[in-house]
Amino acid sequence: MAQVKFTPNLKRFFPDLCPCEIEAATVAEIVAAVDKRWRGLGDYIIDEQGALRKHVNIFVGDELLRDKQTLTDRVSADTRIFIVQALSGG
Amino acid sequence: MHNKLLVGTRKGLLIMGRDGGDWQVESAHFEAIPVVYAFRDPRTDTLWVSLDHGHWGGKLHRSRDLGATWEEVEAPKYYEGAACPPDFSIAAKTNYIWLIEPGGVDEPNRLYVGTDPGGLFVSDDGGDSFQLVETLWHHPSNTHWFGAGRDHPGTVAIQVDPRNSRHLTIGISVGGVYVSRDGGESWAARNRGLYADYLPDPHHEHGHDPHIILASPSNPDVLWQQNHCGIFRSDDSGQQWRDISDKNGGPAGFGFALTVDDQDERVAWVAPAVSAEYRVPVERALVICRTEDGGETWRDLRAGLPQQHCYDLVFRHALDKAGDTLAFGTTAGNFYVSDDRGDNWRCLTNNLAVVYSVRFM
Repeated sequence: MAQVKFTPNLKRFFPDLCPCEIEAATVAEIVAAVDKRWRGLGDYIIDEQGALRKHVNIFVGDELLRDKQTLTDRVSADTRIFIVQALSGG
Repeated sequence: MHNKLLVGTRKGLLIMGRDGGDWQVESAHFEAIPVVYAFRDPRTDTLWVSLDHGHWGGKLHRSRDLGATWEEVEAPKYYEGAACPPDFSIAAKTNYIWLIEPGGVDEPNRLYVGTDPGGLFVSDDGGDSFQLVETLWHHPSNTHWFGAGRDHPGTVAIQVDPRNSRHLTIGISVGGVYVSRDGGESWAARNRGLYADYLPDPHHEHGHDPHIILASPSNPDVLWQQNHCGIFRSDDSGQQWRDISDKNGGPAGFGFALTVDDQDERVAWVAPAVSAEYRVPVERALVICRTEDGGETWRDLRAGLPQQHCYDLVFRHALDKAGDTLAFGTTAGNFYVSDDRGDNWRCLTNNLAVVYSVRFM
């Protein structure tokens, strides 16, 4: 199962957020699964059209997510997924 | 509650109050998060807050215990496949939640939300869920909507007629004024008398830029509009607008903020800046202007406001009035109050973040 970790900044809105393991074929399926476990979390990561939010990054292994529109990047059993915020603002 | 203020800033929400003495910050909420708009729904005693997370999207929160606890509700969402006006080449999603407005007193579960990229949303379950008002979103004039200051148009003004909750007046920036007489089932543009100096035809039926629209509570047929191209007033619910910008050389003209008197339909206040291209206070001096004759004349109110080297602007929802008290916050984090209808001001603090909204509770 893919191992999923989150930026600690999301714990402000989901206090019981923690690393988890998810059976999934794509990153989109992972987002759907974590949204099911932490209701509303998906809306923090993707918009209503399913695209990655502008200032959110997802690492698939060591690489940045490629398909930011529909999150079809493939995930295998030992993939590490890291959901983080982009560096921006002031 | 004339003795409580909700102040939305770039770094959180402040609840200010005065209990005998002067105004004090009583509590801070959503710290470090931009608070676009905050208001109290008097029908249900519920506080509503619109947040603009830089990273995580626009969110809505409400409090049923005046800020002691908050709950997030699902933010409005555009339907799958929705695309942004005017050319529909970009997927529509809720980029920004401009404001939340209550429905009429006879419909306590109805709320309206105005968003970027231009969609008006409605809830009939107290805000548990919102639906896009597709009749307005698909109005045939939407090819004349576009972004100004932001990438996409925004629904920035929502007025519900207190005499008839099905009579709605909406301002889209840029798009214009739309009125519904049937609770949002159908819409008509109401831009006659406005002009738009950035259009090839400044008197075109569509494509106008209302920054804010307010109805006079004592006579809701009277509408006031701080527009990109001046200040306008209508005596007939927007059928005809009249330019009431100061014709005598005074500063009342370009600006964002507006508030109106609840007793006298001839009285309103604006917070001018030089122009769209030159967004600084006129002669770098902060001024609020008041008319007492329906816009025929304007009086500058400067006592207690900085009159040199001042670069404060007042955003569209950052000026409000309750009784004889007015309050406004600025882009430079300054906050001012007057207890005599603007004749004299005092600064409460110089140290806030950018102020986006000010509303008496």
